[in-house]
Amino acid sequence: MAEISSFTMADLADVTTPRDVFGKVLIELAREDSRIVALSTDLMLSTKLKDFAKEFPGRFIETGLTEQATVSMCAGMASCGLIPFFATFAAFATMRPCEQVRTDIAYPKLNVKIVGTHAGLSMGPGGTTHHATEDIAIMRSMANMTVLVPSDMIQTVKVVKSAAEFEGPCYIRLIRGAESPIDIYQSVEECPFEIGKAAVIKEGNDVTIIAAGAPVVQESFVAANELEKEGIHVRVIDMASVKPIDKEAIVKAAEETGGIITVEDHNIMGGVGSAVAEVVVQERPVPMKLVGVPDVYSTLGPPDELWAKYGLNSSSLIGTVKDFLKKTK
Amino acid sequence: MSEENREKLALELERKAYKLRIMELEMMRDSEASGHYGGSMSVMDILTVLYFKVMRVDPHNEDWEDRDRFVLSKGHACNALCPVLAEKGFFSRDILPTFNKLDSPFGMHPDKNKISGCDASTGSLGHGAPIAVGMAMAGKYLKKDYRVYVVVGDGEVAEGSNWEAIEIASHFKVDNLCATIDRNKYSLDGSTEGPGVFKEGGIEGTMTLEPIDKKLEDFGWHVIKCDGHDFIQLMGAYDEAARTKGRPTVIIADTLKGKGISFIEDKYEWHYGQFTPEQYKTAIDELTATLKRLEQKSA
Repeated sequence: MAEISSFTMADLADVTTPRDVFGKVLIELAREDSRIVALSTDLMLSTKLKDFAKEFPGRFIETGLTEQATVSMCAGMASCGLIPFFATFAAFATMRPCEQVRTDIAYPKLNVKIVGTHAGLSMGPGGTTHHATEDIAIMRSMANMTVLVPSDMIQTVKVVKSAAEFEGPCYIRLIRGAESPIDIYQSVEECPFEIGKAAVIKEGNDVTIIAAGAPVVQESFVAANELEKEGIHVRVIDMASVKPIDKEAIVKAAEETGGIITVEDHNIMGGVGSAVAEVVVQERPVPMKLVGVPDVYSTLGPPDELWAKYGLNSSSLIGTVKDFLKKTK
Repeated sequence: MSEENREKLALELERKAYKLRIMELEMMRDSEASGHYGGSMSVMDILTVLYFKVMRVDPHNEDWEDRDRFVLSKGHACNALCPVLAEKGFFSRDILPTFNKLDSPFGMHPDKNKISGCDASTGSLGHGAPIAVGMAMAGKYLKKDYRVYVVVGDGEVAEGSNWEAIEIASHFKVDNLCATIDRNKYSLDGSTEGPGVFKEGGIEGTMTLEPIDKKLEDFGWHVIKCDGHDFIQLMGAYDEAARTKGRPTVIIADTLKGKGISFIEDKYEWHYGQFTPEQYKTAIDELTATLKRLEQKSA
């Protein structure tokens, strides 16, 4: 087994989703750092902590369906020197124990990592109860909280490792990922992820798409490559570090491309688009378009069809870019 | 400890508790603060026993890894905790009158990152018990012998998160955890017990707690009932908690809301309020008289 920092796709051959990557990387990290413990509220199989539970019986704490108390427990554990990773569905990690996250973890700045899986619309047929289209807005509005939204397998490796290595509250958002979104990065060494830094994954000066997380980074990338064939040069920025956000990359994109489209698997209110707009309106106002769930409770259906319904797939994005350019240039 | 020494210690602690009540009122008076008088007076004897008899803490080494942990889940009694921590030596009592002032470390609810000796930021009810469970489980994992003490208000027991913590602590046999319920029988709107109707004395029955001893026993906790103003009983209860293995302990301390200040005793209206200068004088005079009586008794 290679060191995490030199992982390539070959090291991830045995797993199929970013959730699996989380489980796998956490084991690697826990072998090196005895302070890491994992907590599950009856979703170990879904959050991919089963192998962790098997390897570290004394360090895996199953608390049943008790999200509120479990988040507070994580705070107590962190205040005594442990690094708790609590994983559950994003909807239940950020809404049910919302106040515990804010008051017990973010406010005293405790070293707890909350991992929300099955985020956005990725729980498809699960419907509104299991969709998480508010989690980014909720978590990024808490002072002291870092919000990381990886898009592919390799980036997830780097995100989980970075989260474990810095001291402070952190939210990691993962989608269910059963659809195996395409890989943007092939190895950890070539993946430029850093907390607070955006990555330009395609150059272009006509307009910028800023996206975070799967599948929207991938869909944006595919759309941009299609548009390139038509002579439309779209810059694509992977904003995996939603908070702290890379202001410099946003301002540069505004200056050099004159317009920004944000794409997110989340309500357009309060999410990635809002985070980008907060920088744009204050630093370098340019026209913007926010693509995401348009402030409605998402309907149920297969995730691919839901993403298409809300305009998050590459073919919809191609049309969105063309419309935007028509209106603004 | 011989019975005679135990009685001597109990009396010494009782004197300390009255001194602390006076310190609290002087702090509130000098900072012109309003505050939670009722619940801070009911819990003061419990805090005194914990900090001056039971807990292993070192004011000169506040981050000591092996220290016992304390969580004031009823964070609104911060006005009782601050003088206790000052008296213990975590900081000078001279800074207490900044209470509730802009950027003061001390205010209505404790902030662990600002108050020396404070282990948890509390104020939102129903958070302290699960935080304490996490601390206690971390201690087991780290093979530390520290104990964790959490003081819960009786009204806040209604919070669902507490019941999650109660079942988790029992499930994992967290025996290095001791909870104390400050059973002063009132929450903000009125008395906890009753049919839930408005009467002149506030709501009679904000949420039925009883039989809380049986409920907690059924959840697998070791339950001790005691008089929360009897220092011999309190010391005995904490000794028994430390000896109890294989399950967490809860001490249901029967207390009087507003204890020591007769014009607020047993009155739900004094959950929170602001004394006039005359009321401060009356209260401090009464507490001073009690302290003098206790000193004469010691002599």
